[in-house]
Amino acid sequence: MGSLHNYLMIASVLFSLGIFAVMTRRNGIAVLMGVELILNAANLNFIAFARFGGMNISGHIFALFVIIMAAAEAAVALAIIINLYNNFKSVNVDEARQLKQ
Amino acid sequence: MSNLQSIAFYWPELILVATILTAIIYDLFTRDDSHRVGIWVLIGLILAQTIAYLTGNGTITTLFMDTLAFDPFASFFKTLVTIATVFVILVSRENDELKGYRTGEYYILIAIMAFGMYLMVSSIDLIMVYLSIEVVSISSFILAGYLKNSLRSNESSLKYVIYGAFSSGLMLFGLSIIFGLTGSTKFSEIQTAIGQLSGAADLALMLASALILAGFGYKISAVPFHFWTPDVYEGAPTPITAYLSVAPKAAGFALLIRFFHNVFSDGGLLVPAQWLSATELPWPQLIAVLAVITMTLGNLVAIQQSSVKRMLAYSSIAHAGYMLMAVPMLSKEGVYSILLYLVMYMFMNLGAFFVVMTVRNRIGGEQLDDFRGLGWKMPFVGVVMTVFMLSLTGIPPTAGFIGKFYVFAAVIKAGSSFYWLVFAGAINSVLSLYYYMRVVKSMYFSGKSQEILTYPGKLLTLLLICLVVPTIVFGIYWAPVADWVRNSLMFFTQIH
Repeated sequence: MGSLHNYLMIASVLFSLGIFAVMTRRNGIAVLMGVELILNAANLNFIAFARFGGMNISGHIFALFVIIMAAAEAAVALAIIINLYNNFKSVNVDEARQLKQ
Repeated sequence: MSNLQSIAFYWPELILVATILTAIIYDLFTRDDSHRVGIWVLIGLILAQTIAYLTGNGTITTLFMDTLAFDPFASFFKTLVTIATVFVILVSRENDELKGYRTGEYYILIAIMAFGMYLMVSSIDLIMVYLSIEVVSISSFILAGYLKNSLRSNESSLKYVIYGAFSSGLMLFGLSIIFGLTGSTKFSEIQTAIGQLSGAADLALMLASALILAGFGYKISAVPFHFWTPDVYEGAPTPITAYLSVAPKAAGFALLIRFFHNVFSDGGLLVPAQWLSATELPWPQLIAVLAVITMTLGNLVAIQQSSVKRMLAYSSIAHAGYMLMAVPMLSKEGVYSILLYLVMYMFMNLGAFFVVMTVRNRIGGEQLDDFRGLGWKMPFVGVVMTVFMLSLTGIPPTAGFIGKFYVFAAVIKAGSSFYWLVFAGAINSVLSLYYYMRVVKSMYFSGKSQEILTYPGKLLTLLLICLVVPTIVFGIYWAPVADWVRNSLMFFTQIH
């Protein structure tokens, strides 16, 4: 089981790794995986707070909604990246440089 | 209010959802590329708005077990969103970029976005805040990349989805910390709990607030969360750019105002509010500095642009900065001026983008060079664009001047500690004169004047008239808008 503290530690490590992935990866899919890490870090926080904090059920509900929204967002993002591959023949975020920086 | 009772106040949204569902089914079976779905969505929106108008009557209550607020403040923003949506749906019929693409889904997505914004402006629960922001974001990602074969549109949607998903992730993490600190997802309960937090929680609260600000800042494209704005605005189809620059920005401001008034301060609009000292952060100064950086960056970079569409993207960042100036005051005048500014901004900014679209349709580009001699080629469009440019600069007697005047007045009223903010705003207005007038100069003083006259289509002319008339009239006689805004300055708040 463990205590709230452990879960929060894991969540913050996940969060940091997610930010790191978004910042450093150039592959579109990898960037999305970074975003998923961030979302799941938040989910872990919600569940841990709801379970150990003696709080109401809102935390569980919130996590469920986040999972649903993350799936929807991933679907749209992957569709956009597939389209990127069709247009640029690459899933590398840096390849898309049509617009002036 | 319980779920069943709430439905009586929820008809506009229900009608909008019914419109969206029927439109999806219709589009599924007919697959026609005429703009019929657009008309259907338009009818649904207007019906929803009419019913909202009839059921409103200044009631202030909460719906669905305190997740949504029903108040004049939300109605105001819903009306604003509806007006912008109607303009964008109508102008999309004339957009040449959309030729060869399925238009049914396009209008359905616009309607879903409008629905999301309806929720966004009335949410008073963290779950609802997150859900509504995501509904708006996800449909706008698709709309930005709607021109599948255009590399620019594709790139714009890619950048949008990455920045959007990232900043909503940051916001979500912030929300989870707030939930952990206070044990609730409701604004009013969070406010009470924050007031009772011990000093040990300060750091966590500060971190959470910064992360949440990332989510809101992204929606209103404030520095430092603005990076997506120029690229997305430039690559997206022009009607969508116009829509993104007006409606989600307004909804973002609604959320920002509601959040800061209901969570981080002690009152809301009914009593003179004070920032909760428990947050220990110099919020007013922080937001004021952000406002100044936002408008300065927007204006300075806008000067260097050769594409009018991209220039308008930076100008919309600058305008977010002007509106942000009035947020830290937490005063009734501050919110009043932001709402007024949003109305004026909607007309002039939609107008400017619609002119860019007209030029693209007729001349084939959106660079400053394509505007050369436009005043002689398309006299009506030239005059209209001049009015919009003057109004965006804030020169009297246009709507933009009134908006800016009220914002500056609200800041001055807050006391001498904020005079520097007004000063920065004034300098920025002068800066912006340069790049707005460059368009006017290009339209009238360069290029040859003997070219054959071209005209925008009938519908486009009508829409431009509908936008330019308010831009001038509200600059001279703004009492109706002022009254409307004044009556909307009430939102749900827990009185302790």
